[in-house]
Amino acid sequence: MFRKVLVANRGEIARRIMRACRHVGAATVAVHSEADATAAHVADADEAVLIGPAPARESYLDIGAIIQAARRTGAEAIHPGYGFLSENWRFAEACASAGLTFIGPSAEAIRRMGDKPEARRLMAAAGVPVLPGSPGPVSDIAEAARLAEGVGFPVLLKAAAGGGGIGMAKVGEAGQLAAAFAAARRRAEAAFGNGAVYVERYLTTPRHIEVQVFGDGRGNVVHLHERECSIQRRHQKVIEESPAPGLDPVVKGRLTAAAVKGAAAIGYVNAGTLEFLLDADGSFYFLEMNTRLQVEHPVTEEVTGLDLVVAQLRVAAGEPLPWKQDTIAQRGAAIECRVYAEDPAKNFLPSPGTISRLEVPAGDGIRVESGVVAGSAVTVHYDPLLLKLVAHGPSRAEAIARMSEALDRCVIDGVKTTIPFLRRVLAHPDYRRGAVHTQMVEQGAFNA
Amino acid sequence: MPEEIKAHITGIVFQVAAKPGDRLQAGDPVIVLESMKMEIPVEMPRAGAVKEIRVREGQTVQEGDTVAVLE
Repeated sequence: MFRKVLVANRGEIARRIMRACRHVGAATVAVHSEADATAAHVADADEAVLIGPAPARESYLDIGAIIQAARRTGAEAIHPGYGFLSENWRFAEACASAGLTFIGPSAEAIRRMGDKPEARRLMAAAGVPVLPGSPGPVSDIAEAARLAEGVGFPVLLKAAAGGGGIGMAKVGEAGQLAAAFAAARRRAEAAFGNGAVYVERYLTTPRHIEVQVFGDGRGNVVHLHERECSIQRRHQKVIEESPAPGLDPVVKGRLTAAAVKGAAAIGYVNAGTLEFLLDADGSFYFLEMNTRLQVEHPVTEEVTGLDLVVAQLRVAAGEPLPWKQDTIAQRGAAIECRVYAEDPAKNFLPSPGTISRLEVPAGDGIRVESGVVAGSAVTVHYDPLLLKLVAHGPSRAEAIARMSEALDRCVIDGVKTTIPFLRRVLAHPDYRRGAVHTQMVEQGAFNA
Repeated sequence: MPEEIKAHITGIVFQVAAKPGDRLQAGDPVIVLESMKMEIPVEMPRAGAVKEIRVREGQTVQEGDTVAVLE
């Protein structure tokens, strides 16, 4: 096992990873920007290194500064968390060149899965279902029109280099395609410096279901079941759970088998997630692979009783994966609510400020992953995630009851938060019966 | 008559999308703020001409700060 691990992240995930490091006896190094000198993740670490000014590109995204911090402190490995450099293959490569272990998959796997058309091609070749659409980036309108006719309207135009929903446009009919295609290319060019767009079938009210996988680097890949992540705003998840409510066991078996096959096909090592869209008829399609730890990994940990971050450390240190597929079971149900510093009454606008009071819930089946403490400054520079509430219970109804109480007991003063919105979702009859899809928030299902 | 356009959130000026003299429609972006990894436009409250831009790219603005003035 590593003696010392540098955590190249901030907020709740940096603290979560440091907890796992302590569990395996590894010392921890935090890196931080000038804005985060007094942040909770810095206080948690054994050592801390200032890597630059507040803007992320001058600190948490500065590969050279982070590698240098690892060298200076004698860290042997770097855990990237999620976001920031976690899916940057150049960072994984820079770690290797510096003789440091990158806790995650190979640079090659990150690169291949980060190129969305390439990922789609690889998964299709491995027998994983992909949405009908263009085999590669489309650069002229004639080709786009031909593909859209073949796929059938409505179609979705997506930036090839994109992610996080940026540059996506739904096109309802052939007459709207030319204008939408030109606009999508412009937006992709502006956002990513690459105007390539691809065309896919648009599913009207799909569910977002993903499968947690883990590869041990010795040819074995296991899955840790599925997560339901359909409650999203701006294409970002706000509530996740495991198991996915009402998922047909036959469909579930196909989903998990496809995920394992896909991960095995690229020789995937360490923790990863294959995201799928599930249509009402039970057909499902590969969306993308996240080659890192997910924000929502705790729901999987709660239902399986397994520690994904400890396993990441062990496998990265060359130890065998501590689990066999047939011993990985789902017990009960777990739900995660992401509490963001956003104002749900103003269409989720950011709400920076200082946390003047923080009371987090506790009790049976309640887990809190917080990046902030009372007095923490929530700045404009970083992601608005404050903390995650996780509730586990013997049944989904029990987990919902525990989460509802946790939301009532969670008090955060000083910034606006998504808690009122989360409460409305948990109380909604469609959510309660598990009838969810990715368009619900945008359609206003949970408006006050 | 002159009208001040105020930032509706705290953020960093990511882009100045208009310049003095521009005639814009209601809803057109005047500046784009960046806050917590989101890009949020500050829009024209009505159609009109931009008289003055009071911020520059990279500057931090507080909620309620005047970012531009309309003629």
